[in-house]
Amino acid sequence: MKTNDVILQTVTKITLFIIILFSIHLFFAGHYYPGGGFIGGLMTSGAIVLLLLAYDMKTVANILPIDYKYMIGVGLLFSVGTGAGALLFDAPFLTHAHSHVLLPLLGDTALHTAVLFDTGVYLVVIGVTMTIIQTIGEDE
Amino acid sequence: MSNLLILPILIPLFAGIFLIFIKNVNFQRWLSVISSVATIIASVALVQTVRNKGVQTLDVSSWEAPFGITLVSDMFSALLVLTTSVIALACLIYSFHSIGKEREKFYYYSVFQFLIVGVNGAFTTGDIFNLFVFFEVMLMSSYVLLVLGGTKIQLRESIKYILVNVISSALFVITVAYLYSVVGTLNMAHISERIQLAGQPGILTVIAVMFLIVFGLKGAIFPLYFWLPGSYYAPPAPVMALFGALLTKVGVYSITRTFTLFFYHDQGFTHQLISVLAMLTIIVGVIGAIAYWDVKKIIIYNIIVAVGVILFGISVMTPDSLTGSVFYLIHDMLIKAALFLLVGIVIRITGTSNLKQVSGLIKNYPGVAWTFFIAAIALAGVPPLSGFVGKLLIIRGGFEQGQFIGAAIVLMSSLLVLFSVMKIFINGFWGTPRSYEGEAGVPVKWLLLSPALLVGLSVLYGLGSEAIYPYITQASETLVNPAIYIDAVLKE
Repeated sequence: MKTNDVILQTVTKITLFIIILFSIHLFFAGHYYPGGGFIGGLMTSGAIVLLLLAYDMKTVANILPIDYKYMIGVGLLFSVGTGAGALLFDAPFLTHAHSHVLLPLLGDTALHTAVLFDTGVYLVVIGVTMTIIQTIGEDE
Repeated sequence: MSNLLILPILIPLFAGIFLIFIKNVNFQRWLSVISSVATIIASVALVQTVRNKGVQTLDVSSWEAPFGITLVSDMFSALLVLTTSVIALACLIYSFHSIGKEREKFYYYSVFQFLIVGVNGAFTTGDIFNLFVFFEVMLMSSYVLLVLGGTKIQLRESIKYILVNVISSALFVITVAYLYSVVGTLNMAHISERIQLAGQPGILTVIAVMFLIVFGLKGAIFPLYFWLPGSYYAPPAPVMALFGALLTKVGVYSITRTFTLFFYHDQGFTHQLISVLAMLTIIVGVIGAIAYWDVKKIIIYNIIVAVGVILFGISVMTPDSLTGSVFYLIHDMLIKAALFLLVGIVIRITGTSNLKQVSGLIKNYPGVAWTFFIAAIALAGVPPLSGFVGKLLIIRGGFEQGQFIGAAIVLMSSLLVLFSVMKIFINGFWGTPRSYEGEAGVPVKWLLLSPALLVGLSVLYGLGSEAIYPYITQASETLVNPAIYIDAVLKE
């Protein structure tokens, strides 16, 4: 007998966006408030895990056609690349740069290369978590 | 360029990341070789820079020491980074013909590069917590390399190996926490300065012994060596060579660094302790080396002997013995890698590691036999070869300080080490030739390339000790006089 989990799936559809928004908020708040790439990444993968609980593996793979192993690589490239970018300017490895930029919609915005580094962390955390969970899940 | 000393860490790191994306095995091999060669070039340049301009430091992310993480390359670490890179290239070339497609497809080369990142980083860092992080990078890669392939013995041994290393890593963190609560800094040069100001009271001696336990677990000294013989027995030959040549030596390097830079004020207790443990390590290693009839086990116990010999040199703390230890450390890394790779060839040909089932290999494989012979006598320290100068200096240092028992044990150990490897040579290579199943398919010439390269280097290292000696003395100068290191980092 197939169980009917329409309530679970409907609730998932609604909460998923709230969780993802919260995780993105945590990610961007990292410089001034508690948060950052690590917790943001964990929260995002938490949202994907909720999706996995409500639906099955194939459906989720259709919605998000991502190879998470590559995501780890891309994340590492972001982080190490940001660090190595300093080498081009003959500054010590991982030296960051920041400035205030006047963006068309957002106005005066403080931009910092540490965000790029954190993006790398964010991607690696999602990649690692999802690789672990999917590998264990697929294992018969 | 100020970033030169980070290149031996950064090049393998980038290579490791790119290798995640590449599916084609041939392309993976090419990229790994290019990265390894580039690492060697960078580390040669680094050694020359340190030779000409003294200790090199890099304040990562432009935060001045002691507030940021500082990377420090003195001659000791620069030479070890160079040796690591050379061994990495040799093991890499050896892997092409021995590791097998199914391992290569599952990120073997990527993890290989990450292991080199960890080892080079641990040698280069000037921050105690960063040292912990690089230890973990190295250990996690070694977990993967140990278990990759998933045979029964690998699974069993990696459980033990991971368990021991998780415990020792936790102990490392606890020890760093104690040290931080006492001195209030993590930068190694700054720690050394603070300890000097405090004059090393009792609590710091306790922390020193805790560091000895932590690094002793990584570096396999008596009585913390128990995990090593089983764990190193499990993986395939190139991985075994990497482990045997690099991993324990990082523990030895850390003991050397901490006990010459931090805890040198109250030598009566700590260095006596190291000296006694070193002697016991040598004795245990020698007993193991002569007890077994298994080629892998014999070489594995020889690692333990070498760790003991090097640590005895450190514990004596004279300029002579420290120079000897540095000399012996580099020699031992090269020759252990070569021996493991040679033993790997023997096992590939015969299909067994039991010495009693092997004989007469010299008839069909003279190249392997003579390379093994040279490696064996170099290991024991026969004069024109590389093991001699280091041991000579260690023994001389021991006699100067009146440590006659220790020096005698080092001397006796050479004899028994020679006996243990000659046992392999006489029983395995002499005698009546046998034929083995599947020996025709073994690409012996390809496999012999890397051990021959390493043995050649080790012969050059022995013959050219006159030319290399200034580098080694420069390396031991920082160990004898930590002020050089501190001044270079804190720029006073």
